[in-house]
Amino acid sequence: MANPLSPELRLHMLTRMLEIRYCEERIQELFLENVIRGTTHLCIGQEGVSVGMAAVIDAPRGDTVTCTYRGHGHALALGMSLRSMMAEMMGKEAGCCKGKGGSMHLTNMDIGLIGTFAIVGAGLPVTNGAALTAQIKGTGAVSISIFGDGTPNIGAWHEAVNLAAVWKLPAVFLCENNLYGEYSSYASTAPVDNVADRAAAYGIPGIIVDGQDPEAVKATIQEAVDRARAGQGPTLIEAKTYRYKGHSRTDTAPYRPAGELEQWLARDPINILADRMKADGQLTDSQLQQMHTTAQEAVQEATTWALEQPYPPLEAVYEDIWVN
Amino acid sequence: MAVMTYREAVKRALDEEMARDENVIFFGEDVGAAGGVFKVTPGLFEKYGGVRVRDTPISENAIIGAGIGAAVTGLRPVVELMFADFAAVTLDQIINQAAKFRYMSGGQLKVPLVIRAAQGGGAGFASQHSQCVETWFMHAPGLKVVVPSNPADVLGLLKTAIRDDNPVVFLEHKVQYAEKGEVPDDEHIIPFGVANVVRAGSDVTIVATQRMVAVAVNAAEELAKEGISCEVIDPRTLVPLDLETIIASVQKTGRLMTVEEAPHAGGWGAEVATRVTDQAIWSLESPVVRVTLEGALIPFSAPLEDYVIPNKGRVVAAIHRMLDV
Repeated sequence: MANPLSPELRLHMLTRMLEIRYCEERIQELFLENVIRGTTHLCIGQEGVSVGMAAVIDAPRGDTVTCTYRGHGHALALGMSLRSMMAEMMGKEAGCCKGKGGSMHLTNMDIGLIGTFAIVGAGLPVTNGAALTAQIKGTGAVSISIFGDGTPNIGAWHEAVNLAAVWKLPAVFLCENNLYGEYSSYASTAPVDNVADRAAAYGIPGIIVDGQDPEAVKATIQEAVDRARAGQGPTLIEAKTYRYKGHSRTDTAPYRPAGELEQWLARDPINILADRMKADGQLTDSQLQQMHTTAQEAVQEATTWALEQPYPPLEAVYEDIWVN
Repeated sequence: MAVMTYREAVKRALDEEMARDENVIFFGEDVGAAGGVFKVTPGLFEKYGGVRVRDTPISENAIIGAGIGAAVTGLRPVVELMFADFAAVTLDQIINQAAKFRYMSGGQLKVPLVIRAAQGGGAGFASQHSQCVETWFMHAPGLKVVVPSNPADVLGLLKTAIRDDNPVVFLEHKVQYAEKGEVPDDEHIIPFGVANVVRAGSDVTIVATQRMVAVAVNAAEELAKEGISCEVIDPRTLVPLDLETIIASVQKTGRLMTVEEAPHAGGWGAEVATRVTDQAIWSLESPVVRVTLEGALIPFSAPLEDYVIPNKGRVVAAIHRMLDV
């Protein structure tokens, strides 16, 4: 690392990654226990991208984020509370969207999260609009759209990247290339080796970063955000990462070649940052163990709390269809 | 009262609202430097500049998405889709995103977005550039749907649309762009959900929109010569729908007809008919009659296109059958 982050930011990132990891694992258990219904898309293994991204976002300034349905980690990294998250997973009134959104639809404008989008590619055009507001009002804000490696195969992606490039919008397009779009490998669905290669078609920078290294992610996004704030337009960033679990709840990912998961487990983003902090004398084994315990307890506390929360009243079905 | 065309009324509404509120921006394909393919918005680019009036690539998803994102972050965008048929390219952004943002976010987001588009047949554009598409959007709760039939209504309703905090689909009839009408000189605002009783009558209630309003009025004039009195109602907005005015009329006339420039199946007239029968069936003296596109699709060939679009003769004949005269 050319420029290691401050010990405080590293600690914050590590804390958040542990919370995300344990929250996702707990969510999976709750799904299997039928406490949470529908479907879910876990980001276990990709936490480094979430915290690296969130470290750049300045919500009070007006920075905004759109992302895919694999968005629990991004929401937590941006500052959504575990309680708000868990209650939404369970469809409770106390959830971030009052239980109307669920796993695939998380919004909290206080932390800059316009939404997690359940339709592939739908977030990028909306991020452009947020960036347009920033450009017109001169706020210096940026909007980041996060998507998977399957998204550049849908038309809306190209329309949005093209428009952002033409209008030099303060946007950052952040791909989490976890090697699989649903059940299909990246190589079997895309004609170019890297998602970042597609940037050339739109005359914008295409940068590849190690998604398992949160500090590298942060530094790379920071550079793109600085460009955007300076009026130099959008950047496409491809974070190479991996999801330890399948696409969604029912997917055990049998399509993965033997040994692939193990290779990625050896490059776990939590371990990478923790090891680096230990090497730099910023973290001891016992402190790390305590952080694990604290994160687990926080997740369990939020789970217990959310379980006790009421469901929305039936009258809620009539609410928030319109702005009156 | 000044006389102006339907297209001039669109531009006046945009101009007045852009002058009133700097958060109103306007973009779409060729709307800026070229003034729009229907020449509706010439001069706005020159007056308000390239920051607030923008030409876009031919990218309907990107256009609507940018409108949504700008709307949820504080602007009041008006975007143009050129031909309303092109909305099919971006139904995800309109129906899955814009319409549902508020609901799915538990009321956190609002989307003050106006989507303008030119719809309707009669101009020889064939099936993919001639549809009336209002019912596509009536089935997506969260969207308001506006179908103005004359210049004064265009002005008053578009200004309301721009000030509304909900996403509004504002459908202009392309064949009406050159039609002239009187428009108030002063600030002119028409609230949504208030129907216009275009012509009073006592025997049959005819509900019609846009170009079909004139068809209904012409038919009513002819029928009047036979002593048949028709009340013509223009709902002006389909969402919200002024059912009260329609039902009050049916309670007076006992008969209901809709005239729709759209396919029969699933048309807005079916919704009107169901709701009237639900709430006022005992006022009806005969079944509801719907005059809709003959066949189902808009053909290119001139005599065929003329044939499929409802006209005065078909309305008169249908009312004769209705009254058994």
